[in-house]
Amino acid sequence: MENNVAVRMQHITKAFGTKVVANKDVTLEIEKGEILALLGENGSGKTTLMNMLSGIYHPDSGEIFVDGKEVHIESPKDAYALGIGMIHQHFKLVDVFTATENVALGMDKSKAKNRNAIAKGIKEICDRYGFSVSTDRKVYNMSVSQKQTLEIVKTLYRGANILILDEPTAVLTPQETDKLFDVLRNMKADGKSIIIITHKLHEVLAISDRVSILRKGEFIGTVPTKEATVQSLTEMMVGQKVVLDIERPLIENKKKRLVVSHLSCLNKYGVRSLDDVSFDAYGGEILGVAGISGSGQKALLESIAGLQEAQDGSSVKFIDPKTGEESELVGKNVLQIKQMGVALSFVPEDRLGMGLVGSMGMTDNMMLKSYQKGVVFADRKTPKNLANQVKDELEVVTPSIQTPVRKLSGGNVQKVLVGREIAAEPSVLMAAYAVRGLDINTSYTIYRLLNEQKKKGVAVIYVGEDLDVLLALCDRIAVLCAGRLNGIVDARTTTKEEVGILMTNLRKEGE
Amino acid sequence: MAAAAVHKKEALVRIARRDSMATWKSIGIRIIAVIISLVVSGFLIYAIIKENPLKVYESMWNGAFGSTRRVWITARDTMMLLCIAVGLAPAFKMKFWNIGAEGQILVGGIATAACMIYLKSLPAWLLFLCMFVASCIAGAVWGLIPAMFKAKWNTNETLFTLMMNYVAIQLTSFFVAQWENPFGSNTVGVINQGTKEGWFPPIFGQEYLLNVIIVMALTVGMFIYLKYSKQGYEIAVIGDSQNTARYAGISVRKVFVRTMLISGAICGLSGFLAVSGASHTISTSTAGGRGFTAIIVAWLAKFNTFTMIAISVLIVFLEKGAIEIASKYNLNDYVSSMITGIILFFILGSEFFINYRLIFRSKSKEVA
Repeated sequence: MENNVAVRMQHITKAFGTKVVANKDVTLEIEKGEILALLGENGSGKTTLMNMLSGIYHPDSGEIFVDGKEVHIESPKDAYALGIGMIHQHFKLVDVFTATENVALGMDKSKAKNRNAIAKGIKEICDRYGFSVSTDRKVYNMSVSQKQTLEIVKTLYRGANILILDEPTAVLTPQETDKLFDVLRNMKADGKSIIIITHKLHEVLAISDRVSILRKGEFIGTVPTKEATVQSLTEMMVGQKVVLDIERPLIENKKKRLVVSHLSCLNKYGVRSLDDVSFDAYGGEILGVAGISGSGQKALLESIAGLQEAQDGSSVKFIDPKTGEESELVGKNVLQIKQMGVALSFVPEDRLGMGLVGSMGMTDNMMLKSYQKGVVFADRKTPKNLANQVKDELEVVTPSIQTPVRKLSGGNVQKVLVGREIAAEPSVLMAAYAVRGLDINTSYTIYRLLNEQKKKGVAVIYVGEDLDVLLALCDRIAVLCAGRLNGIVDARTTTKEEVGILMTNLRKEGE
Repeated sequence: MAAAAVHKKEALVRIARRDSMATWKSIGIRIIAVIISLVVSGFLIYAIIKENPLKVYESMWNGAFGSTRRVWITARDTMMLLCIAVGLAPAFKMKFWNIGAEGQILVGGIATAACMIYLKSLPAWLLFLCMFVASCIAGAVWGLIPAMFKAKWNTNETLFTLMMNYVAIQLTSFFVAQWENPFGSNTVGVINQGTKEGWFPPIFGQEYLLNVIIVMALTVGMFIYLKYSKQGYEIAVIGDSQNTARYAGISVRKVFVRTMLISGAICGLSGFLAVSGASHTISTSTAGGRGFTAIIVAWLAKFNTFTMIAISVLIVFLEKGAIEIASKYNLNDYVSSMITGIILFFILGSEFFINYRLIFRSKSKEVA
């Protein structure tokens, strides 16, 4: 075995339960001083594989070698002792602690006491790789990108030579991503091994030396990045040819459907989550909403849907496409909006926590929209037919329409939710992060469904995070920044950079 | 640095979740659990009293089902426990932690006793109706108060309903003092002992048949309510996710209040069963902890009211059997509680093996 190999995972198999095989005979190697991209669709077993390297899971069979020696990693502590550190998608930081205190967490008492030494150590790491961390700042005052930086520094401080990053760019703007990549390159030059889990192809091409591809838990192959293209990687990842173009039909004669003016909301702490937002949405158009996560997207959609109270002076006018009648939605709750005859469909971000009832089957979930129609007993026949229809049309994979939707895969859950919302024949359709966590094929199914609705004359509002998709799918993009509308751009002519700047730099009044 | 972890051995046992298990298998595991629990308590019994465990079990059985009279007493107590569990089902299904059944039973019992004392001149059917309605209302009010506070100010219902129990106990003490009979005994005594006004009438000569009829009707009714009605659907949605409920246009507050009215009313009604249908008296121990035992019944049955019947029977059987062996072998109550405890421990513990499986370190690793 060559000496340059940092980690070798050999014939790794891991199953959850009897049916789900997350990893099947996977063999993976990472060299010292390289960046390896681990590519695969959601559910292909990337994170599981890495969790076995970082001590969270243990393989059912197979061996792991670090520096040529076989090891048993039973806990994250063992992993640290071997110089393996993982930066998870959900940061593991204590909000009320400072950066230094977070780094000190979990160290020996004697070492943890010397805060100055730790702060100095943090500074050295920052200087070496080009980070910036303010050691005395509390985590709750940090932006997402700063928290991520802190996580990486924490891992390096503990002596990690092998870093695993789980979808690190999912929460970053294009500019922040560039900064992160610079740092990763510095670390690589320093001889560290970096594994980056991702499903964004252009990032793979930009940062990695080699790409390893997993599909449905199986190892497909490793290719040098130089020889790969977006198309070739997609095919390895999906296993078939995929058309990577998103359709964007142009609809003439668009009619105003929603007039949002001066919409403001407070969050539960009384802080403005949405601040004086005004825009129009048209039937026959997909209006994209871009922004760093937590910039007011949730408040925007929920206040339109009647789920959040809007502040005084806010107004959302719905214009009936048939009669042209205007009706005010602010001040009404979900039920009242429904009773007014406003066909508003909403695919919320939290699919199982808000859009669906996880413990119920498809039929009962279809009932959410229609159960009120019965007198004492709820009608179960219509929802059952609808469930079968959605199952057939959208090819939902489920053992039966009675199986709790919680047990379905993410893509199938989303199909159930979107299918129900579309079946309600909406005149306004709002969707938040509709393709998050979905595989490529399902994502394209969702885009197609949204386009169909657009062609039918529905006003579609699409909150997204992948700028490439927003730019390709939408007609216009409204950019939110810190709860304010920072500009609306034409998706056909704008650039990613322009949207990225609008996402991060709040324009001053009157600019 | 790395050396410490390198030679570490793989852990001996790991725990993994199962996805699902065939029904016959899970029932089988539960039966095995009961058998093991009987064997373990058999050893315990032998260690303490040096008696043949089989004989001890036989006397347990006799304690609960040994004579027609005993069968009916067991049935009566089962119905009481079942009634409370049926009352708790909608609240717990909504994930509203109604720990206040004890209090709701007591106030229902007070209302019943009050009717028996003050309205005994009414015709029997009217008195019966008054007791029925009064106990429901009293229990409903006891359930309504915490629900209102939860709906309005989001107070913690667990603490609130628990504290309402103590209020109800004090209230009972007060009325016991009021209705004391004979004077100075500090008990109410059997109410209307001579005339039996307000007592459950025997049906087909069976003293407790009416209890069975009322509770069975409630059991079937609650099953249908939870499974097929619109309101039952709303309860299920809220129990899974309040956000989803709001998203669907369900008023969570309204459902909280409505469901707790129903839950409290049925628990109040079990106070009626306890006073008018069983003991014909009221005391602070009228509820006797059954408001808490019923929580176990409701959860073990996963809110299926028919499954609750079986669980109630089992628990009451254990109680009766334990009392019997305690008196027969001159043991104190603790031994019988220990046996009941062992059996429940194994039944609850078997849920672990139904939901999880153990994976042992494989010996054939080198081969793989």
